[in-house]
Amino acid sequence: MAAKEITVDAALEKGEELTAFVESMLEPYDPSPKATVQVDVAIDEVFSNIVMYSGAKTVTVVANLDEPTSVFSLTFIDKGNPYNPLEKEDPDVSLPVEEREIGGLGIFLVKKTMDDVHYERKADQNYFTIYKKIK
Amino acid sequence: MKIEQTRDNSTLTLALEGRLDTITAPELEQVVNANLEGLTALIFDFAKLEYVSSAGLRVLLSAQKKMNKQGKMEVKNVCAEIMEVLDITGFSDILTIV
Repeated sequence: MAAKEITVDAALEKGEELTAFVESMLEPYDPSPKATVQVDVAIDEVFSNIVMYSGAKTVTVVANLDEPTSVFSLTFIDKGNPYNPLEKEDPDVSLPVEEREIGGLGIFLVKKTMDDVHYERKADQNYFTIYKKIK
Repeated sequence: MKIEQTRDNSTLTLALEGRLDTITAPELEQVVNANLEGLTALIFDFAKLEYVSSAGLRVLLSAQKKMNKQGKMEVKNVCAEIMEVLDITGFSDILTIV
């Protein structure tokens, strides 16, 4: 299928629009409920990260499904400050409750639930892509 | 997300429906904080919850820390998808899942 794209303001409440855009695009391909939930969570994590840390005004999302392999890819593009969330150290998820901190947990979750993630800085823009086999 | 509150003396049950994410997590935090006084048991019912992102985990962690000082907190009816998120992030060791 042809790639589809959407551009939204970099505002937290726009995350729902992105989720709806992706879900309506994937629905005809009958994705597994588990993959759908994981992609939804990844959208929330990646988008909120960009909104909170990049300083960009808008975010463009390009979605593509490779039908032969059922691998779905979603690229978040923004003109904000260079920001590679993958450089962040993974949180220690074995600490007891009083010592736990929440920073970095979102991207950690994305790395663990997606099949692959990729960051690139080109032409003064951040490109963050997640890949997930949807069935 | 819908939050259904049931208070029985010092026990509060919060039944969540929908998505606990960046947008809805602050609402849940408000409800928890507004009800903490005199609370000895806080029960989250996840039966109708579709997913939890890290913003939701942050609220659960903060609620757990507060309830550790004044009683107990439990999470019930956790579906497989949410359980996986709790396992990956180590939250299944921190929370009491019944």
